[in-house]
This record gives sequence, structure tokens and C-alpha cells, in this order.
Amino acid sequence: MTDKTLTLDDLVGELRSGMTLGIGGWGSRRKPMAAVRAILRSDLTDLTVVSYGGPDVGLLCAAGKVSKVVYGFVTLDSIPTDPHFKAARQNGRVTSMEIDEGMFYLGLLAAAQRVPFLPTRAGLGSDVLTMNPSLRTVTSPYDDGEVLVAVPALRLDAAVVHVNRADRNGSGQILGPDTFFDDIFLGAAERRFVTTERIIGTEQFASEGPLQSLCISRLLTDGVVETPGGAHFTACVPDYRRDEEFQRSYVAAAAEPDLWSAFSAEYLEVSEAEYQKATGGPR
Amino acid sequence: MTDHPTDPAGPTGVSRSEFCAVACADVFLGDGEVMASAFGTAPALGARLARLTFAPDLVLTDGDAALIVGAPPLGADPSSLVIESHMPYRKVFDVVWSGRRNLIMMASQIDRTGNQNISAIGDWARPRAQLVGVRGAPGNTVNHSTSYWVPNHSTRSFVEEVDVVSGVGYQRAAEAGPAATRFHEIRRVISNLGVFDFDTPERTMRLRSVHPGVTVDEIIASTGFELVIPPDVPPTRLPTPVELDLIRTVLDPRGTRDREVRT
Repeated sequence: MTDKTLTLDDLVGELRSGMTLGIGGWGSRRKPMAAVRAILRSDLTDLTVVSYGGPDVGLLCAAGKVSKVVYGFVTLDSIPTDPHFKAARQNGRVTSMEIDEGMFYLGLLAAAQRVPFLPTRAGLGSDVLTMNPSLRTVTSPYDDGEVLVAVPALRLDAAVVHVNRADRNGSGQILGPDTFFDDIFLGAAERRFVTTERIIGTEQFASEGPLQSLCISRLLTDGVVETPGGAHFTACVPDYRRDEEFQRSYVAAAAEPDLWSAFSAEYLEVSEAEYQKATGGPR
Repeated sequence: MTDHPTDPAGPTGVSRSEFCAVACADVFLGDGEVMASAFGTAPALGARLARLTFAPDLVLTDGDAALIVGAPPLGADPSSLVIESHMPYRKVFDVVWSGRRNLIMMASQIDRTGNQNISAIGDWARPRAQLVGVRGAPGNTVNHSTSYWVPNHSTRSFVEEVDVVSGVGYQRAAEAGPAATRFHEIRRVISNLGVFDFDTPERTMRLRSVHPGVTVDEIIASTGFELVIPPDVPPTRLPTPVELDLIRTVLDPRGTRDREVRT
């Protein structure tokens, strides 16, 4: 079997400026933050980021890596909004495609299923359709004749998700209560990367969690990177909860350019190992 | 026009936040076995109150990825909850699109025909203030009953037209056609001042009841559009003794409710 293990640098080396990048997780939960931090250190730019947005979106916007964000929301969960994303929108530094969060799911699903669109009521009558004039409706071909939103496939050039455990061949295990849409992000992408708290032997999966926790098969992955604490400061239960204190310091630092420079120098312009040391990592 | 300028502390002895909680509970009247989702303290209290009294089949969530038995107090330790089913986000969409849900969500802005905004203030292309995003509001409103909770009723939150239509109101749904109106219902709007609905011929917002201690004139002055005001506006109903006891001793003994809405 193919050994798919990579380093964070290998992963970033597979990405290109201008790509459409899907990022797994939800809000400030199980985000592939080590991979996001590696992108911050790279010279990648002009990315279209597709995300159930959290601090991944905020950090990438703050670093000027993003030209467009596709999202239904951007939130830090315990703090309603992300200050960097807000600033990027209010300063006009990013363009955006803001859609209903269910439409977002259907767009990824359409891409994963290789169909051009999936129909839904979600979006009808709302400004989602006026804000995004490229969105179209479709008339049911059956007797009801209902006019529904045709959510276009959200095809991704690459996707990265973070899971609790994985093996060297790219099977992933999510031990928390919600797998979110990570497998669909991978299914919608051309190049598919999984970062994980721990790479374990395949035979160890059974003792870590039930069969249903093995929700990412190697059919969906091209590369796997071991990044302990790789979701910090977002939640990665049961391995660790959100680091609320660090998240608050992230938000506080966004208030002033000087504060942000200091935050960035201490935590972002450093290697992943140095980041984990500087923050104390997950608790 | 009837005003109800009651002393905040009594004659009823019921606080404003308790009127709000009971008004939120009434949103779930007669729904049977649906999933209740409730954002904000008064809605969370209301859903639990309904579950413990007149809506025993209501299905509550733990706010994460599970459906739970009973109705725990606000801020209950997650490990004390009895889980009856798995409800990750993917299944939440199954529930939303099946219609087996009744939701109270918040609104940064709400308008005359029931449009709600949680997306952005100002021009959407380059907003004065980017908010959280439309989230699930577009899909929720055309799939199942939705109500809104506005703890800070003012001309800034009750506006003639919202800046970004996130949740869909009656006029927008009608314009979008039968697929949008088929399951659409904006049941109530509950604010810290009163209760509102759209039970009017034009489906525009109507004052349904006034919280004791508030006057109709105060509500008119705090609203940025013309409300339908019936000739005789009743006061928001009192909690029953059982409801009041549940709020005060079981569901919110620490008085979290009074931090969201002051009397």
C-alpha cells in the first residue's frame, strides 16, 4: 500500500497561488490550523478559501493570502465574529460568495458527486441570490413545477481537513461528536490532504473508537501529515478543547496593528514546533 | 389603544425577562414532535419551559451534536445530560429540510414584512459592518416555522427594510413563488418590549401583546416602521405559577435571564 505521509512543507508545496482551497472543520472547531499556519509562512497568495469559517479564514485574510472567501458564516463560536475577516470585508480586501450554510453543503456534495448542481429551497427569496448573481434557479421537470435554487458544484483544487487519528495510508478517524463535512470537502477536491493529531497503525483504529469514527477512507486522501496540536487553538475533542484564553488573545491582538505585529512575530512567523512551544499547545 | 404601564416589580411580581421567556415558550404551542432550536437566553428558557409543560414531545438539543431527554437548567454540565440521539450538523440539515423543526433565532435587523438580517450592515459589497453571515437563515425560513428574538428593540433593530435579507419575510417569499411560500412561516417576533406577529391581510408586522411595564407609545417610538396596532392590545400573558416556579427554581436559578433583559 502507498505510504502517503508528508510533512507540512510537502503539503504546502503541493498548493499553488490562485487555487481554490477547501478547509474542513466548522467555526472554531477541528480546523487544520497547523496547515493554515504553514500557508501563512509560505509565499502562496490569491487563494479562494471555501470554509465553514473560523479563525482559519481570519488568519489567512490577515496575512493577505486570500482574494475571495466562500462561506455561510465566519465565527469563533464563543466569540461571534472574527475581527480579521470583518476588517477584510469592510476594507474591501476580499471578495466573497456568502451563501446559506445548507447550500454550501449541497455545493460541496454536487462537486463530490460530479453533478453540476443540486436543488434546494434554501436561498429562495433571500439576498443570497441578489448578492451572487451567478446563482440560478431550476424548474422541477415533474408535475409540481417548483422553482428551486440550483446550487452549483463547489469544486475545489485542494482540500485539507484535520482528524484525531490517521494511518500512513490515509485513512482518517474522527473521535469527536461531529464529523462536520470533512469527507465531502475531500470528495469535492482535486488534491486531498488530512492532517492528524497522531498517525497510528491501522490495526490500532479499533481500540481508539467505534467503526463509525472511521469516516475518511483512503479513497479520499492523497497525503497525510502528523501535526500534534494541529487544530490548536480550535477545539479537537476528545483530544483537547478550544483554547479560549488564546483565542481571546488572538481577538485582542487584532485591535491594533502594533499588537498584531507582536502577536504575529511571537506565534505566526515561527515554525510549527516553535508555535506549539510558545503557546503551550493544547491543554 | 390600551397601555399597560405597570410597575416593573409588580403588581404581577413577574420580571420582564420572565414575560419574554413565557412569550418564547408559546412559540412552541401545538407543534408536537419537532426539534426546537432556540438562540439567546429567553428562547432557550422558553423552549425548555414548553418542553416541561404543554409540549412534552418537543425534541431539545444539547447545543452540540446530540438530542437530549428532558429539559436541563441553563448552563447544565454536559455530562449530566441524557442523550437520546445523534444530531451532527449534517443531520440538522436533514431535519431543517424535512420541516420537523421550530426555530427562534436572533435578528440584528428585522423589517415590516419579516425579513431578518444577520449578514452585514450597510452595502453588502463593502459593508459598514460585516456580521456573522447569513448562516442557515435563508434555508430555515423557507423550510420550517421561524420566529425571532430581539432583546434590544430600537429603531436600529426594527427597520423599514433590512440591509441584507438573510431570513426571508412574507413579501420576499411571495415574490419567490410557491416553492418558497409552501413551508414558510414567520410565527412571532419577540422583543424586550412586546410580542409581534404577521396575522394581518398584508402580512406585515402587527403588535400582538405588550409586556407589562411597557406602553404602546413606547413601542411605536422604538420601531422604525409603521406597525399594525389593533384597537385593543392585550398585555403579554402572565406565567402560570408552575411556569414561574420552573423558571426560578429549576431552569434558571442563577438568574441568567436578567443579564439579557433588564426589567
